[in-house]
Order: sequence, then C-alpha cells, then structure tokens
Amino acid sequence: MLQIDAQDKAKLIDPLFRAGIRFWVAVALLLAVIGWGGYMYVRQLIYGLSQTGMQRPAYWGVYMVNFIFFIGISHAGTLISAILRVTGAEWRRPITRVAEAITVFALVVGTLQIIFDMGRPDRVLFVFFYGRLQSPLLWDAISVTAYLLGSVTYLYLPLIPDLAILRDNCPPTAPRWRKGLYSLLSLGWRGNRTQWVRLEKAIAVLAVIIIPVAVSVHTIISWILATTVQPGWHSTIFGPYFVVGAIFSGIGALFMAMTIVRRLMRLENYITTRQYRNLGLLFIAMTAIWFYFTYAEHLTLAAGQQTAEFPVLASKLWGQFAPGFWLMVLLMGVAFWVLVIPPLLPRRAGRLVLFNPRLAVGSGVAAVILFAVMNYSRNLPLTAALSQPGIRLTGWVLVGLALLGVGLGGAFWLKDRLVTATVIAAVCVVVGMWLERWNIVVPTMTHPRLIPFWFYRPTLTEISLTAASVALFILLFLLFFKLFPAVSIWEVAEGRVIDEARSRVKIPAPTPVGAVSRPKHWGFEEGQQ
Amino acid sequence: MTRWAMVIDLDKCVACQGCSIACRFENNTPVVKPNEALKGRAIRWNDVFPFPTNPLEADPGEYPETKQRYLTRPCMHCDNPPCIKVCPVQATFRDDEGLVRQNYARCIGCRFCTVACPYGVRYFNWAAPEWEGSLAEHLNPDRIEGPGDLEGPAVRPKGVVEKCTFCIQRLHKARARAEAEGREFRADEYVPACVQTCTGKARYFGDLDDPESTVTLLAKSPRAFRLLEDVGTHPKVIYLREG
Repeated sequence: MLQIDAQDKAKLIDPLFRAGIRFWVAVALLLAVIGWGGYMYVRQLIYGLSQTGMQRPAYWGVYMVNFIFFIGISHAGTLISAILRVTGAEWRRPITRVAEAITVFALVVGTLQIIFDMGRPDRVLFVFFYGRLQSPLLWDAISVTAYLLGSVTYLYLPLIPDLAILRDNCPPTAPRWRKGLYSLLSLGWRGNRTQWVRLEKAIAVLAVIIIPVAVSVHTIISWILATTVQPGWHSTIFGPYFVVGAIFSGIGALFMAMTIVRRLMRLENYITTRQYRNLGLLFIAMTAIWFYFTYAEHLTLAAGQQTAEFPVLASKLWGQFAPGFWLMVLLMGVAFWVLVIPPLLPRRAGRLVLFNPRLAVGSGVAAVILFAVMNYSRNLPLTAALSQPGIRLTGWVLVGLALLGVGLGGAFWLKDRLVTATVIAAVCVVVGMWLERWNIVVPTMTHPRLIPFWFYRPTLTEISLTAASVALFILLFLLFFKLFPAVSIWEVAEGRVIDEARSRVKIPAPTPVGAVSRPKHWGFEEGQQ
Repeated sequence: MTRWAMVIDLDKCVACQGCSIACRFENNTPVVKPNEALKGRAIRWNDVFPFPTNPLEADPGEYPETKQRYLTRPCMHCDNPPCIKVCPVQATFRDDEGLVRQNYARCIGCRFCTVACPYGVRYFNWAAPEWEGSLAEHLNPDRIEGPGDLEGPAVRPKGVVEKCTFCIQRLHKARARAEAEGREFRADEYVPACVQTCTGKARYFGDLDDPESTVTLLAKSPRAFRLLEDVGTHPKVIYLREG
C-alpha cells in the first residue's frame, strides 16, 4: 500500500474521479468537431483529393503544413522532460507529465496528417513492405515511428509509480474498470528499492536516447524539403532551422497546456511562477535563435537573386504571401517583446503616461483603424499634401508607432502578470510557427521552375480536417488527464524530499571581516615576494 | 545497352500541340472537367507552353514587336532523376534502358515525386478518371500488367501519380513482334506516339548508346541543350535551340 500526501490526493487524484458537466460538454463539442472532420474525410476518400485546394503545382498544402507543425509541437516532451531530466533541473518536476503527453498526442495527430495527404491511404503499409531506404520519406517513417514508440515508453515509465499510487488510493466509489486498469498498468509496482533503481536507470537511459531521436525527427522532416532541388527549399540550414522551430513551438504548446491544466485543476501550488520564469528564459533564447535563423535563411536568398529562388522570396516579402509572412514576423516580435520588456521596466515607469495601459488600448484601436483604412481604401483622402507613396509610408509609420504604444502600455501592465505574458507569447509563437511552416511549404510549391506560378487556397475539406485534428489533440489530452494525474506525483514528492534535505544542510557561515588578514592583491600577500 | 533518348528541334516545332493530343489518345490520359482544369488539375503528359514559363527577364514584348517562344515538354527521362530518389516505395524507377517508369499498382499517392521533379512532368489523379461518350469507347486497350504491377496506358485509379513513359507499351509490342518473327529487335522499330505524329517532324527518337543513331548525331549539334541543366538531372530529352 503506497502512501500519498493528503494535499496531493486532494489536488491530483480526487479530480480524476469527478467529471463535471463542463467536462462532458467539452468532450461533446470536441467529438462534434471530430465527427464533422470524419465526415469530410470520408467525402475526400470517395471523391479523391480533388476535394482539397491542392493542384498542380501546389501538390502539397495544409496537410503537409499541419504535419510539420504537429511533429514540431511534439518536441515539447523531449526537450523539457528529457533534457531537463538529464541536466538535473529540479524545477522540471511538475511539468514533465504534461510535456510528455503533448509529445505523444502531437505525434499521433501529426502522423494522421500524412494519412490525410495520401492519395492511396489503403497502401500506407507499402512503406514498410517495399520501403526504399534512399527516400527521405522512409527516413521519416522510421524516425517518427521510433520517436512515437520511444515517447510512449517515456510517458509510461514515469507513470508507473503514479499508477501504483492511484491503484492503492482509488476512492471506493471508483468504477471497477478503472481500478483494474490502474492495477494492470502499474505492473505490480510495490515501490521497493530494486524497482526504484531499475526505474530510475530505465528513465535515465531513455532520456539520453530520446534526445538524438527527437533531433533526427525534425531534421529529417526538413530534409524531405531540402533534399529536393526546388527553389527555396534546397538549403543546408533547414535541418537546424526546423529543429529550433520545433522546440520553439513545442515550448509554446507546453506553456499553453500547462496553463490550462494549472487553471482548470487549480494547481497553482504545483506549477508555480518558477516554472514560467525558467522555461520563459529558454523561450526567449529560442525566439532569438529563431529570428537569427530566419534572417540568415532569407538574406542568402535575397542576396543571391537566383532566377528560380527570388520569386519565392519576393512572394513572401511583398507578394501574395506577404500578409502571412509579416504576420508571422509580427507575432514572433510580440512574443519576444512581452517576454523581455516587462521585467526590464522599472516600477517607477508607471508614472509616465507612455506606460499607461489605457494608452495601449487606445493605440491598439488606432492601429486597427489605420490599418483598415490603409488596406481597404484605394486612394487616401489626403493626396493634396502628400504623394500617394508618401501617404502610404506615413501610414505605415503611424501604424508602427501605434503598435509601439500598445507594446509600451501593455508591457507595464504585464509587469506583474508573468503567466498572462507567457501565455500571450505562447499563443503568438504557436500561431506564428504554423504560419512559418506555411510560408516554407506553400510559396515554393506555387513558384516552380517550369510550371506557371499559381496560388493555393485550402478548401472546406482541409480546414475541417485541420480543425478536427486540433480537436482530436485536445480531446486526447482531456481524456488522458481525466484518467491519469496531470502532475507526476512521485517526482514532485521526491522534489519535496530533496528540498527538505537541502534546507537542513548547514551552510558554513563566513568568518567575520577582519578576523583573517585578506590579501590586498589577488595571488600574493605583500612582502611575500 | 540501349538508352532511349529524344531530340526535339525547336526550329521545326510549330507548337501545334499535336504531340499532346497523340499522347492523350495513346496513353488514356484522363480528361478533366473545365472547372477542374481551371484549378490546374489538367493532365498533359506532353505539355506545350510558352517559354520562359514565368517571364522574369525575358519579356515577350508588346504587339507587334513581340517574340513568343514555345516549349514542348515530355518527361526528360533523366539519367539522375530526382523523382525516383524520393519515392518511398519504388513505385517509380529507372529500368535498364534508361526509361523512368511508373507503377500505378505500387504508388501510395504521397506526391513526393511530383514535388521533387523540377520539370513538373508528373501528374496526380486528384479524382477518379472519367471519359464521356465516345471517348470512353475508344480507350487504348494496351497495358502492362503483372503481379503488383500496372503501367503504361492502363486506366489509372484515383490517387496515384502518372507520367510520360516514352510509350513503353509500344516498346513492349515492338519487342514481342520481333520475337514472334524470330529476328533481332532493332532500335528504329519503336517510337513514341508524339514522335510519330509530330507535324513539323521536329522530334527524333532513338538509342543514345548507338554512335550511328540520329539522336546521338543530333545531340552533338552546337544547337543542342537540355532543360534546366543546372539542377543536375542529366535529361535524355535533348533540345535543339531555335536559330
């Protein structure tokens, strides 16, 4: 019989056996979206991929974008859990479970996208029967399979002690199947020394192995694009660029998921601002690295001005893909701003009008109105004073200034709201990373060498299946955390033991100043020479 | 060893698109509806289009000072084809005679090859093929079939990729005829439908490994060039520059 802390039981175990009306409403809504997606997929199966917006030359579309995006999200688990475990970061304890769950579910949903995208999903097993090792798609099949198996194991192993705790601490009202499930899955865990040693060893080994596998997964996805000779894809930095992007979006997804879990289950005592602050530092670093890679990638294209490549870049910078591209840049910029600027602002800054949150709201409204006027009116009414390009430029400068106003006012408001700021950044990054995948896949597709330039617009089928994929991801998450604790109970308890042991350690107090004669210069005493 | 190759003399090409039509009837290329064609889903194994395809530097000019060039484009049957390198299931492969072939029974429809081909010669069946009226009655009955193998003009199922095969069924038939007559097969017994039909007699077909063949001799012409030589595919379709 394994014992459990009363607070842990109340916070982590009891909610698993209570399902309120809100839970069932959420499940029903998600199932409805998934059902609609299923209907659209059956239609796609019957009528073929003509139901999508894909054509020649845009042979790949939203499904491919979603595939890269979801597999990118899946890097949350490895990064947080494996790297932090290997490096012994203590603060990881309450968020490893959420991170590992994201990995597994994102991989499942990501792999589904490939099935959606296939013309002949009935032949999917051909990849294993007739696989050609020379094809990057087969590398991908292998690495994603390895990653899925590895991450399921990696989710399961640290779950075993928790399952045993659940088995022994089930409320008497719990349904029989759940008791059976926990005792089956806990594999007879008794919590004795041998079992702990084995478990710790297995987790340690797996944590080390899974890091290179995770890196390989997104590198290989980038190689699907980079090993072709298509303009804009044939780039050497795609491997690291994609891995960075994957980890980046993974942290974003983790922030969103852990905030939802924290809010819904009231786990403020478990997931504290310490997790937000430490992981936020990593997030800031990833933003900077992402900007660096993006700049490097586009600069070489811009400077090269190659006949085939330049139209791809031009379409992103000022062509048909410009809104998506600049929105992506703006979102990433916002993410960086809300993470970096608020802590830097001195508290006294609040006295300045510039940092008044009301100014932020005002500037935001002004920016939106100005932006709308500039985009929806052909000729601006001020032509007498300024030339048309001059007005446009002035307009953009004003929009920029208004956005700066939003940033300054908002930054001060966010100063004491770390969680809100982090969630804003996370949402920006997750949306921005989806756009980044879109900006990589689609412009190259629509700007081939020997096919007339074309466009691509997803149809209802693709949008429905994307919505259904997101719904499936959330549903898997919801059901998983209704069955299993959202925070690793034993790891948090272990962390408490370590903290307590530390607090009992007596740190030798420094000798009072003056008691020892201190050297005047580093190294040598005077007169010793 | 035979290495099938095609030479297209752009001086003789009148851009009549006869090759495209001949190809369509020889190879049972599905006819898509006009609205689907507008979406960019038409299938033309042999396509004829203005060149450069996307004018960036070469401006065709304003009428009457205008110069419009056209290009007719079958599959290049590259010696180093990017498409077969990316296929995860070997649905597309290069045979001993240098032909890049496509097995409809194996293709999983991932469209990696269509993405990888810099020439855009690969087409995907977005929907099941349909033929209306008399078109349906006059399909080419030829097909190359075996266990797990479906090639050539055989009617394709939806969701697979197809491409120009240099009319591989004609090669098979010519071989079979020579065998039935008990004699050696000669390279000049076989030409693809586009070569046979070409109005301006602009197309030549033959064995690039035979030093005496027309294609070998024409490939040495100072006018000879290959499409997108800089992408390293080593095409076996050789163009002769317009004079």
